[in-house]
Amino acid sequence: MKVLVPVKRVIDYNVKVRVKADGSGVDLANVKMSMNPFDEIAVEEAIRLKEAGKADEVVAVSIGVKQAQETLRTALAMGADRAILIVAADDVHTDIEPLAVAKILAKVIEDEKPGLVICGKQAIDNDLGATGQMLSALLGWSQATYANKVDIDGENAVVTREVDGGLQTIKVKMPTVITTDLRLNEPRYASLPNIMKAKKKPLDEKTAADLGVDVTPRLTVVETAEPAGRAAGIMVGSVDELVAKLKETGAV
Amino acid sequence: MPIYTAPLKDQQFILHDVLKITAQTDVPGYDELDRETTEAILGEAAKLAENVLAPLNAVGDEEGCTLENGVVRTPKGFKDAFDQVRDGGWTALDCDPEYGGQGLPYLVSTAVGEMFSSANMAFNMYQGLTHGAYNAIHAHGSDDQKRTYLPKMVTCEWGGTMNLTEPHCGTDLGLIRTKAVPNGDGSYAISGQKIWISAGEHDMCDNIIHLVLAKLPDAPAGVKGISLFIVPKFMVNDDGSLGERNSLSCGGLEMKMGIHGNATCVMNYDGATGFLVGEAHKGMRAMFTMMNEARLGVGLQGYAQGAVAYQNALGFAQDRLQGRDVTGTKAPEKPADPIIVHPDVRRNLMDQKSFVEGARAFTFWGASLIDRSHRAHDADAEGLVSLMTPVIKGFLTDKGFETTVLAQQTLGGSGFTREWGLEQFVRDARITMIYEGTNGIQSLDLVGRKLGQDGGKHVMAFFEMVKSFIADHKGQDADFDKQFLDPLKAASKDLQAAGMYFMQNGMKNPNNALAGSYDFMHLFGHVCLGLMWARMAWAAREALAAGAGDTEFYETKQATGRYYMARQLPMTGTHLARIQSGADTVMALDAANF
Repeated sequence: MKVLVPVKRVIDYNVKVRVKADGSGVDLANVKMSMNPFDEIAVEEAIRLKEAGKADEVVAVSIGVKQAQETLRTALAMGADRAILIVAADDVHTDIEPLAVAKILAKVIEDEKPGLVICGKQAIDNDLGATGQMLSALLGWSQATYANKVDIDGENAVVTREVDGGLQTIKVKMPTVITTDLRLNEPRYASLPNIMKAKKKPLDEKTAADLGVDVTPRLTVVETAEPAGRAAGIMVGSVDELVAKLKETGAV
Repeated sequence: MPIYTAPLKDQQFILHDVLKITAQTDVPGYDELDRETTEAILGEAAKLAENVLAPLNAVGDEEGCTLENGVVRTPKGFKDAFDQVRDGGWTALDCDPEYGGQGLPYLVSTAVGEMFSSANMAFNMYQGLTHGAYNAIHAHGSDDQKRTYLPKMVTCEWGGTMNLTEPHCGTDLGLIRTKAVPNGDGSYAISGQKIWISAGEHDMCDNIIHLVLAKLPDAPAGVKGISLFIVPKFMVNDDGSLGERNSLSCGGLEMKMGIHGNATCVMNYDGATGFLVGEAHKGMRAMFTMMNEARLGVGLQGYAQGAVAYQNALGFAQDRLQGRDVTGTKAPEKPADPIIVHPDVRRNLMDQKSFVEGARAFTFWGASLIDRSHRAHDADAEGLVSLMTPVIKGFLTDKGFETTVLAQQTLGGSGFTREWGLEQFVRDARITMIYEGTNGIQSLDLVGRKLGQDGGKHVMAFFEMVKSFIADHKGQDADFDKQFLDPLKAASKDLQAAGMYFMQNGMKNPNNALAGSYDFMHLFGHVCLGLMWARMAWAAREALAAGAGDTEFYETKQATGRYYMARQLPMTGTHLARIQSGADTVMALDAANF
């Protein structure tokens, strides 16, 4: 079985995000970019399936600017076998919307015919959390989202999902789209020999136009703003005063 | 808890903008190191340093190592982290592919080593010492010895140590008493006590390969009678499996000021079986071939501690609110401004920043010269790095330690408490000025040995290089001339004048040279950092002219360089004046009158 893993290049989770002066978005120029952490979990899960003999090839796909090559090399260094880059934007600030991404992935899947797609549940930049579900709908495949545990059992996948108030285990028919939650696994660090090998693994490049997908945005970003700063604290003299203040401010 | 963020951007800047490594096509291996490749390697090493090694730094300090029934236990978490570093192939980075190494240049290993040392110096020493022993066996061992020991040392499944010091001698190794008596079967029985053996015994490796200096029964007196032996903790069978335990043991652990996570052992050899490395009585020579790299490694540790200390001082200075900016309030919404607004706090931070970044460039440059000498067999590069090695070791560890103290000072009282972690950096950095030859010894090596090596050829080449850098860049930018080239020229002249003083006065009275050697080492260090800052500022200027996007980074680089040239480099004048005052005042007192 072939496993396809879409990975997104996003602002590194350690970087302190700065909003652009005109409020049109987040400043991404000269900022450290990395693989979306949920996608790292997806790559790790796919590699584990391969190591367990349940998959025989792991293909990583990224959609966005040309620099997403580096993100794909990271996936290759972790253990993916090959990579496909779909160039769909020139400016690092262009975010391809979930529907366009899902459509592109559907086209890639038509070609590649994987038996399983594992994606991150959401990207940490726009937090939309929609691509996996949209992809499943476009393909007419089953979906198992927010995975905490994955077990592939021939024709079916048994997936434990993180839901409000606990865990839910479902059985879905293969092929399927799985989206990963935080506790599914802990992604490995790439080893030095694998980083060097990744340089030589195949990385194909296409454009969104090659696949006939229109990536024109359908959403309009009205405004981007920094969260309000924390207000200075105040000193209270007694417990009574504290309780009074809390009531006054509506905190209790 | 202190934080650590690997300086990826700065390292990439030095590799690609300053040293331009891919353009150095005559050094085999450099052509492969494009920006993307080094980004991938260093980025992954950074994750390990930040997420795995740094969190164990305070743990290692608090817990230390323990010795029970001859077994040394490393602090909690060290073994798992060691496995991760080993499994990731990081210990094999620049080792010979013939023995399972990755074969990457030493420069890459230096960049990774800085991160690992900043994150956790005591931890990184275990693999550092193994690597040192690997180098010695690789350079001087027989083919059989290499096949037997190197593959497992490359992966750090087996550790390695260097056993030089004995209770009564360290610097003057001619005095050692450890004996090696032929067993008649080609092996030797090693007996004696060695002290201060870093990583001498621990629980992270299956076997430990000790390299021990000892004297054969027929040995000439002094340093000409020292031989080098491989003494494994467990004997190695012909099929490579481990045999019986050798008769050596750890007799105690030193209580020490810092690097608590590293086991500093007393090692007792009681007729332990050893094997001669290289020729009899030529052990010192074998040791010296690996000395350059080991000393560069210690210089690196020195500034690496400064680097992590600076990061934490900076974080504090940006958060801590005290007083108002005298030129106008900066944070009106807060009860006070962050202390980074105050000029004296700035002065302190700029001293730290300008040293650390200059030292990083200097060390990387030195590492690139090692690659050039090893991989391209460039004798001039070898001579130059040999000359600068005592400067890198002595100057960068003195200043690295000083930087940790400055960083501690930035935090005021908080710097003195355990909670903030700055005091650990101070304590850990302190050893770098002492081991691998005290800094006093480094200065003697520089003035007494290296300066006159090959007829003074290498120091002349250094002066020539500074001169041609100035000539090549002069007259293109008046500001650059004034801010960088003029001060560099003045500093270089001070260094030449000091050399001249030694030539004229050292012959008639060697004390005149030796009393000024420490100042000379610092003078030399400042000129080297001045040169590096001029090179970095020029590289930043080129990048800006080429329309590089990150203008903030490059402009910051230039401004930091201006600070070093204006506020640090003038120290060369003071050092020169001290050197030129000669030995008279240093030697005036009768020893009884101290």
